[in-house]
Amino acid sequence: MSKKISFTFDGKKYFGKENHSLAEALLDNGIFLLGRSFKYHRPRGLISAGSEEANAIVQLETGNITQPNVRATEITLYEGLKAKSQNHWPTLNLDIGSINDFLSRFFPAGFYYKTFMWPPKFWEKYEYFIRRAAGLGESPTEDDPDKYEHFHYHCDVLIVGGGISGLYAAELAAKANLKVLVLEQYPKLGGEINNQGKVSANKFRESDQNIIYQNIFSKLEKFDNVKIVTSTTVFAYMHNNYLLASQKTNNTKIREIIWKIRTKKVVLATGSIERPLTFHNNDRPGIMLSHSARKYANKGIDLGKNIIVFTNNDYAYEAAIDFKLINNENKVTVIDIRNNSKGDLIKEAKSIGIKILFNHIVTNTRGRKRINSIFVHKIDNETNKIIDNYGKISCDILCVSGGWSPTVHLFTQSRGKLIFRESDATFIPNESFQNEISVGACNGTYALEEILEEIDNKMSNLLSSFKIDIKNNNHPSLNKIKKIFYDKMKHLWIIPSNINFKKTKMFVDFQNDVTAKDIQLALKEGYRSIEHVKRYTTTGMATDQGKTSNINALGIISKLTDTPIHKLGTTTFRLPYTPVTFGALAGRHVKEFFDVERTTPMHQWHLDNNAKFEDVGQWKRAWYYPINNENMHQAVNREVKATRKGIGILDASTLGKIDIKGRDANEFLNRVYTNSWSKLGIGKCRYGLMLGDDGMVIDDGVTSRLGENHYVMTTTTGNAASVMSKLEDWLQTEWPELKVFLTSVTEQFATISINGPFATNLMQKLCVNFDFSYENFPHMSFKNIEIGGVNCRVMRISFTGEKCYEINIPSSYAQSLWSKCFEIGKDFNITPYGTEAMHVLRAEKGFVIVGQETDGSVTPVDLDMSWIVSKKKYDFIGKRALYRSDTVREDRKQLVGILTKDPNIVLEEGAQLVEEVSKPPMKMIGHITSSYHSPNLGRSIALALVKEGLKKKGKTIYAPMPTKTIEVEICDPVFIDPLNERLSA
Amino acid sequence: MHTKPKKYSVFSLIKNALSYHENWQPAWRSPDPKKEYDAIIVGGGGHGLTTAYYLAKNHGLTNIAVIEKGWIGGGNTGRNTTIIRSNYLWDQSAALYEHALKLWEGMSQELNYNVMFSQRGVMNVAHTLHDVRELKRRWHANRLNDIDCEWLNTAQVKEFCPIINTSPHIRYPVLGATLQRRAGTARHDAVAWGYARGADAMGVDIIQNCEVTNINISNGHVSGIETSKGTINSKKIGIVAAGHSSVIGSMVGIRLPLESRPLQALVSEPVKPIIDTVVMSNTIHAYVSQSDKGELVIGAGTDGYTSYSQRGGFNIVEDTISAVVELFPLFSRMKMLRHWGGIVDICPDASPIVSKTHINGLYFNCGWGTGGFKATPGSGWVFAHTIANDEPHELNAPFTINRFSSGELVDEHGAAAVAH
Repeated sequence: MSKKISFTFDGKKYFGKENHSLAEALLDNGIFLLGRSFKYHRPRGLISAGSEEANAIVQLETGNITQPNVRATEITLYEGLKAKSQNHWPTLNLDIGSINDFLSRFFPAGFYYKTFMWPPKFWEKYEYFIRRAAGLGESPTEDDPDKYEHFHYHCDVLIVGGGISGLYAAELAAKANLKVLVLEQYPKLGGEINNQGKVSANKFRESDQNIIYQNIFSKLEKFDNVKIVTSTTVFAYMHNNYLLASQKTNNTKIREIIWKIRTKKVVLATGSIERPLTFHNNDRPGIMLSHSARKYANKGIDLGKNIIVFTNNDYAYEAAIDFKLINNENKVTVIDIRNNSKGDLIKEAKSIGIKILFNHIVTNTRGRKRINSIFVHKIDNETNKIIDNYGKISCDILCVSGGWSPTVHLFTQSRGKLIFRESDATFIPNESFQNEISVGACNGTYALEEILEEIDNKMSNLLSSFKIDIKNNNHPSLNKIKKIFYDKMKHLWIIPSNINFKKTKMFVDFQNDVTAKDIQLALKEGYRSIEHVKRYTTTGMATDQGKTSNINALGIISKLTDTPIHKLGTTTFRLPYTPVTFGALAGRHVKEFFDVERTTPMHQWHLDNNAKFEDVGQWKRAWYYPINNENMHQAVNREVKATRKGIGILDASTLGKIDIKGRDANEFLNRVYTNSWSKLGIGKCRYGLMLGDDGMVIDDGVTSRLGENHYVMTTTTGNAASVMSKLEDWLQTEWPELKVFLTSVTEQFATISINGPFATNLMQKLCVNFDFSYENFPHMSFKNIEIGGVNCRVMRISFTGEKCYEINIPSSYAQSLWSKCFEIGKDFNITPYGTEAMHVLRAEKGFVIVGQETDGSVTPVDLDMSWIVSKKKYDFIGKRALYRSDTVREDRKQLVGILTKDPNIVLEEGAQLVEEVSKPPMKMIGHITSSYHSPNLGRSIALALVKEGLKKKGKTIYAPMPTKTIEVEICDPVFIDPLNERLSA
Repeated sequence: MHTKPKKYSVFSLIKNALSYHENWQPAWRSPDPKKEYDAIIVGGGGHGLTTAYYLAKNHGLTNIAVIEKGWIGGGNTGRNTTIIRSNYLWDQSAALYEHALKLWEGMSQELNYNVMFSQRGVMNVAHTLHDVRELKRRWHANRLNDIDCEWLNTAQVKEFCPIINTSPHIRYPVLGATLQRRAGTARHDAVAWGYARGADAMGVDIIQNCEVTNINISNGHVSGIETSKGTINSKKIGIVAAGHSSVIGSMVGIRLPLESRPLQALVSEPVKPIIDTVVMSNTIHAYVSQSDKGELVIGAGTDGYTSYSQRGGFNIVEDTISAVVELFPLFSRMKMLRHWGGIVDICPDASPIVSKTHINGLYFNCGWGTGGFKATPGSGWVFAHTIANDEPHELNAPFTINRFSSGELVDEHGAAAVAH
């Protein structure tokens, strides 16, 4: 006796059985009405028992673990499960929205393109109601408490699908000692096997299936080179045999795992999906696909006594036979479109007392919230026209079968090509694009003996590249399988109706409420491409992505346009196969792991000293260090002043550092920077500007020559990675002849920048024995100095205009040196300054920041730095571009300084500048790139790019802001120490 | 010949409903190509169809054909995330996109086809001081160009879009945003269909499933095209084939400065209204809106390599989704329903080419990168002008192909809402 599990549906408590899906539990409780359709709010129940389910989608749980649009067929019951039906108001039983069903005539496909246009302003109001009517479930409104994981896996053979086909293929690969992974979307292996009951329904077939399944499965478990994972759906087949799967775990810590699989070979054994038939009112609760109904019945669920099976093929007889065998009292009637069938199953059905009506069709159904009867007519076998009225038959459920569609989704995602097979009107795999085979039902092979033979052959080919011969591994029971004869099916894409087609409701896409006559309307209106029909009617675009509807839509188009189906082509099967949780796709890359922070070795010190941080690229940089209750302005002013009067110390570790070595390193620098590097002596530093091939500045920094063929380049913090890859790009693709080797050493060295009039004093205290005289260690030079026993690279360069030493020290020693500087710098009022003070200090000197003064449209000449552009060099990146007609114009935007007339106003960075103020639109001549209060000047200063700015120094222009216009004057961008006297003072 | 189309309205809908929709006309005909046209537009996407429409409407050129290799609207028109805005930085771009936006505002009425242009606003979110500086620069430029734009501080961002995570403790906190209220989204397919219907009504032949195999030139002037449906003559040929413009250019020895890259997008399962605006973030690289059907529409970034395959790397999708979850943690349990790829054709300066060429009568309109959909009507408007007059409209004069030799670029890399 299985355990009882309690759950609630729409607030009412029910009990279900262990290992039942929510769908099974609901049916077991006699609940057939499970939801409302998207557009007409028609009552709907289960149509299937699997991931193809279009109707039975529910809101699962509440609060922070709620989840919309969950297929009831895919949720295994657990204690306390709460589910709610969707898309109705006020209740599932009484839904006001179902008025749409009675007015459905006024809402044909694409009606919204034709109306809601008057009055023009009202669209917003119409849309408000349209949006509220649309949507199915509800988005969560709270943060997700769950975690997700990504898992990488490499194997020889990936088997998708754990049915008989997949497991048999796995066995063959396992015996060949290959690393095999089997993934099955449902919690239980076996596939079609699971649809069978305790009674061996189909004596011709299933006993064999069972034997084989048991046989394979018990053996497979013993192989340690085989991994089998259930509840895992392969949802994407990408390039180079890269596949993605989503695993639903029972683990409370990790909710879902995305498997990222790279495999040498893929075996697709994904099975097939049964097709509905398209007839009038084919969507009522209680109308199900035959094999789904069979599965439910075989799990012991009572679906009623009066069973109708409506089919065009032999396979549906398996359901009919099972219903009869489960309970001989059951009244089972088969309505078969065909005029006859000589199939073995039909013989068996007849022998156990199942009534069969050949040449008959279901033309209508009754029962709003659950089917109670059907109307049956006789058709002429040749013309398919209705020739007689059979009458009404009452029923408890109606099982339908329009044949089977191989699940070729992953195959087409892999870019394989399909071919149309007329005999059963299906698309089957034809031409592979990747290293893959399709076997079994997903390849359109249904008979067991044929499947096993197919797998033997295909696996033998597939594995031959491993130099493995599996010819003798054939399954021993293969020869014993009895053959079953299945007769042909008959395709009627639209089941004839006794009422006018234009008045019918024959649903094709159940969830999106697309009917056959909607497709007809689309075609009539000129939407003839299959993609146009799909987009105009929305068929196949619901949460089931057309698993049951796509082929029927194609068939209907084919019939209505009298075009062979293979000429229509198919719409693209897009990933994912079934919807995938966002959180799972993000995996661990959320919250603290979303773009992991980069911090410098001194980060803890900054934290301890109350630093505020700024995000620069991925780095956390100290922005300013407020003391006591200082605001940002006060802190920055203090830091700036201290640097110009005593010592300011900056953590500059985030600057990109690229180690350049090789015979042609010098030539390389000549090519990537605008200035000449030929004469730079060992131990010297030089500033360089790097241009894109359009001549625009993309980076700047100081490069030092450490040895004959050894340089170290610094880049801006934000561009470090992109500069590195650009340099590699040039080296590897443009200049393969250069012997140059690049290594990023950004993380290996920390940089401590010591600035200010007393910088040398501090350095001298740090290294007592070193000669810091200007003669020995002048500006723009480099020394290897041992500090506290650690070899450091010290550059005398300056971004503040003060005397400055940049100490590059191996990262692990940086924090200790940093602290030591404070210890011995006390006497000079050593003050840490952050990026904001750094910006002010450099702006006072008119130094540019690439990415702030530049935006990809600025040349060195625009920056008034033509001195750095070599006229003599044969070439450098961007040289040609600098001589184009537009780049040589003299009225380009140029870098200037800006002073507000009112010294207390600090302009907003990004403010636009005009010569004449008017009502918008105004002619803009430039914009403010940087703007600060300068404590040293006691007033505001700014840098700007202004059209013909160099000629306009002294001129008054305006910055029109939202509330006022600010008067400013163009000036020189160097505000302090224009002769650079402080560098050597 | 063809009859004037019947107007769509609620009355025509009711009338047709009463006759069970048996009497609707095709939205456009499917004619066989004529021997000769006054102008041929190669490419039946949004830009091609609008070009044909405005050639007929504004310039009286009705003997024209639109030649489409597949089905109309099947390229980027039917693959984009439908965001429409005009808050561009540079004057040249702003003017062109603003012209387009004004056309969007009257489009449904103009076409008598509801394109569902929904002005729910577009927010461009700033996460770093650098973003703030750049977005404020754009805000001020938009203001002075008379394009609606507002600056929202963090609290205002939260007020405008309550579900966005504005906690100061996230990796890249929201520091503010620009908001263009007139911006929004539209139903992309409807734009192609509406313009096709409008153009068809004026006599334009829309020829689908017709591939161009060569461009005929005599004495430095185009004379027609070779297609899978035979030779079609014309003295004016406009190429509007997005990334495949390069393929057509190479037929006549024109090398276009275009790179084609995969760009991906996806939608979630449909849910009841949860987000009522469009949110774009450059720094963390996410953009999200919700369609009228209820699906979250999410755009990812371009891949780093060039390719004509409409498929990008899945890592890009993962990055985008983590960015979306970072900004909207409540979406973590939503599910990706459908994912697709397109090809974006990008110029070195991330601005389009709408231009004459050195071959008389041959015109190109391409290189719209990720910005093509929003420009659709404006692009057609100015391209039609260029073809009709053999001179660019003032709005597309800056977008000449010659700018790549003169250097007069319109560099929108820095200005793109999401830098690619």
